[in-house]
Order: sequence, then structure tokens, then C-alpha cells
Amino acid sequence: MRIVQAETIQKEITRLFLDAGVNIEKDVDTCLKNAANNEPSPVGRNVLEQIIRNNEIAKEEKLPICQDTGMAVVFAEIGQDVHIQGGSLENAINKGVRKAYDEGYFRKSIVAEPLFNRKNTGDNTPAVIHVNIVEGDKIKLLAIAKGFGSENMSAIKMLVPADGVEGVKKFVLETVDKAGPNPCPPIIVGIGIGGSFEKAAIMAKKCTAKPLNYSNPDPNYAKLEDELLESINKRGIGPGGLGGRTTALKVHIEYAPTHIAGLPVAINICCHASRHKSCII
Amino acid sequence: MISLQLPLKDEDILSLRAGDSVLLTGHLYTARDAAHKRLVELVDAGKPLPFDIKNETIYYVGPAPAPPGHAVGSAGPTTSYRMDAYTPKLLELGLKGMIGKGKRSDEVIEAIKKHSAVYFGATGGAAALISKSIISSEIVAYPDLGAEAIRRFTVKNFPVIVLIDCLGNNQYDIGKKQYAII
Repeated sequence: MRIVQAETIQKEITRLFLDAGVNIEKDVDTCLKNAANNEPSPVGRNVLEQIIRNNEIAKEEKLPICQDTGMAVVFAEIGQDVHIQGGSLENAINKGVRKAYDEGYFRKSIVAEPLFNRKNTGDNTPAVIHVNIVEGDKIKLLAIAKGFGSENMSAIKMLVPADGVEGVKKFVLETVDKAGPNPCPPIIVGIGIGGSFEKAAIMAKKCTAKPLNYSNPDPNYAKLEDELLESINKRGIGPGGLGGRTTALKVHIEYAPTHIAGLPVAINICCHASRHKSCII
Repeated sequence: MISLQLPLKDEDILSLRAGDSVLLTGHLYTARDAAHKRLVELVDAGKPLPFDIKNETIYYVGPAPAPPGHAVGSAGPTTSYRMDAYTPKLLELGLKGMIGKGKRSDEVIEAIKKHSAVYFGATGGAAALISKSIISSEIVAYPDLGAEAIRRFTVKNFPVIVLIDCLGNNQYDIGKKQYAII
């Protein structure tokens, strides 16, 4: 049994969100620079250059990359031999989020109730927390600051087995087309296939935080990722949606066993400011 | 690159075409979802708005808080379609310019044509860069809305592109068609 103080978790969460909000991921930065070199559309290239410059300013001046500093989503993998002492996991995460959004001059974008009053909670809490209990005595935290311009363009559909690969492709392309300029392309497309209704959505969310050079280890799925990326980039939407060939930087797919009657597909779209950081305690 | 003064003049709006790159200098007002809802509630009740909207430009933004030494925090555009339900009523009252990102409804495009207005796009996610062109910020109404309060920004060389011009030409459609491979 290993003891981890709740305060340690809180401090790590604060550090991760402060980092994610202002420092663009290296792989995203590299990918944007390559895209700017290869983008044939002048207006699209200009958007990419603005984004690259923006990310430099954000880093230099510790300003948020985007004013929508997102809803805090945390994936916590808790080793079953860990005991958390000095408070609950949930409180530790929310305290960490509160401190990060205050110290970082990040926008507080969360309303306490979605339909009638929509009153801002004032501190960007609560976070959405997904907990998995795993083997071992470590805690792995993945912090995602998810903007809602792209979240709003996400979709889930319960396809049937007969829809097959073509059905999945059609749904993905329809979703990206419908989103058009709204989610701030170039986008990262996270796709969860299989599982149940909610399992597909959670897989799709996790996909948006995978490294851009990562491909699904199953060659069928890796091929589908590549084919979808190519098809998406042929749509002409381009950077900022103004026209061009860089609409998506990467398509990530995760799959899970599913029911004999089902083929759930969830698509979580992430903007070019793909803000996520992780740590192991 | 075209440089224009805010508030926009009618002749400027008439000469702008979808795809034009423009640098805006002058003042504008910020408003997004919650502020639009309140403005249109006032319009429906026949009450005056908290600022004179005639000939003005609204920027759809909810800025991040200003760190010490900055006029404003990061301040990029939010997605405009969420304001579509309210926009025709504001254009009716004389609103001339909008700055945001993303598609607009057919009703908004018709109202833009009818009232000779213009819809500009700023680069989504270039929020730190854009904040450099905002010189000052003061809250004009609804401070209780926090980031969603209505602010008056003074801007200098704010980089935008014409997305929908007063004839209804749409840069999103033009650009997509140009680069699509079918």
C-alpha cells in the first residue's frame, strides 16, 4: 500500500492545467508548421501563420492560447495499491482546477446548471472526472482543457452492424462537413467505435489527447485513420474554414468490444489548440 | 490589405467583398450568448439598449481576464451561429458589423443583405495574438455576466477577413469550392 496525499494530486492538477493553457504541445506545433509549408491556399496559410505566431506569444507572455480555456476534463488512473489521504480525489482535482484557472488568468466558463439559470460557478469547477482503477501503486493523471467551439461540433450515432466501414466513413465525413469552420480547423478528430453509448464517447474524448504520431496498433484501424484523414483533407474546408487542404491534423480511433446488435460511433472534435498534459504520481 | 475606421461607413461596407483582408481601428462592442439574450429581451419589451447600436460593430468574444499590465486577456472570436437567433433584430436596429467565426443562418445572411451590413471573421484560437490589437477595454453593461459582459474595446489594426459581404457572398463557400477535391 502506497499513500498519496490529496494535496499532491491537487498541486499536480494545477500544474498540468496551467501548462496546458499556455504551452502548445510540441507535436501540434511541429504539425502546424509543416502544414503551413504545404498549404496551397494563401488565405489558409495566413491562418496557420497567425496560429503559429499566436502560440509563440502565448508561451512567451504566459497568455492563454485561446480565450476559451475550456472545461476541465480529467482522466485519473488510480493504482489499486494506492491510498489517497487527506481528502477526496474529487475535491483534490477541483481544488487544483480552481487554483489553475485563478492563477493563470484563465476564463471561467462553467455554469452550475445548464437550462434554467445558467449561473457561472465563477471558478471553472466542477471538472468532468473519469476514474479507472488499475493495477499498481501509481496515479496517472491526464488533464484536458476542452474548448466548446469544437465540443459543440461533436456527434454520436448508434450505427448498426450492416452499416460497416462505409457507414462509419460516411458519418465521420458528414460530421466534419457539417462542422465546417466552426470548430477552428485544423482539427483533431477523436473517434470511439464500439462499446456502449457512453463508452464510445469516452473513447473519442481520450483520442483527442493522443500524440499526433500515434496510430492505432491494429492495422485495419490504422488504415482507416489514414483514409479518413485523407478524405477529410480533400473536402476543401481548410485552416479557419476559409478554404484549403489542411482541415485535420490527425484522426485517432479507439475501439472496444460491443453488442451483437450494435455499432456505436462517437466523434469528438478538438480544435488546433489541443490542450492536454499528463503526469504520473 | 485594407485599413478601415470603426464605426464603419456605408461606403466602406458597400465596397468590401468576401475574402478581403481588413485591419480595423476604432471602437467596437463585445457581446456573446448571454448578452445577446438580454439585448433582444430589451428590444422585445420596447426598451432602450445599454449602448447606441446604430452603425456599430459587435465582436463575439468572451475574453479571458486581463493579467497585470495587459488591457485585456486572450480574446479570440467565439462561434457566431449561437447568436443567429438574435442577430436579425439587431441588424434591424442599425448594427452594421459583426466579428466572429463560423457559419451563419440563411436568415442572418438575408438580414445582412437587406440592411447592407458585413460579417467579418477573426482567426479562431489566435486569441493571444488578437489581444495585442486591443488597446483598451471597459465594461458597458451586465458586469454580473463576467466574461460575457458587454465591453467597449478600442482596437488598432485588428486583423479580420470579410466572410459575408453586403451582397451575401460567402468566403466559406468560395474557399471550400476552390480547394475541394471531388
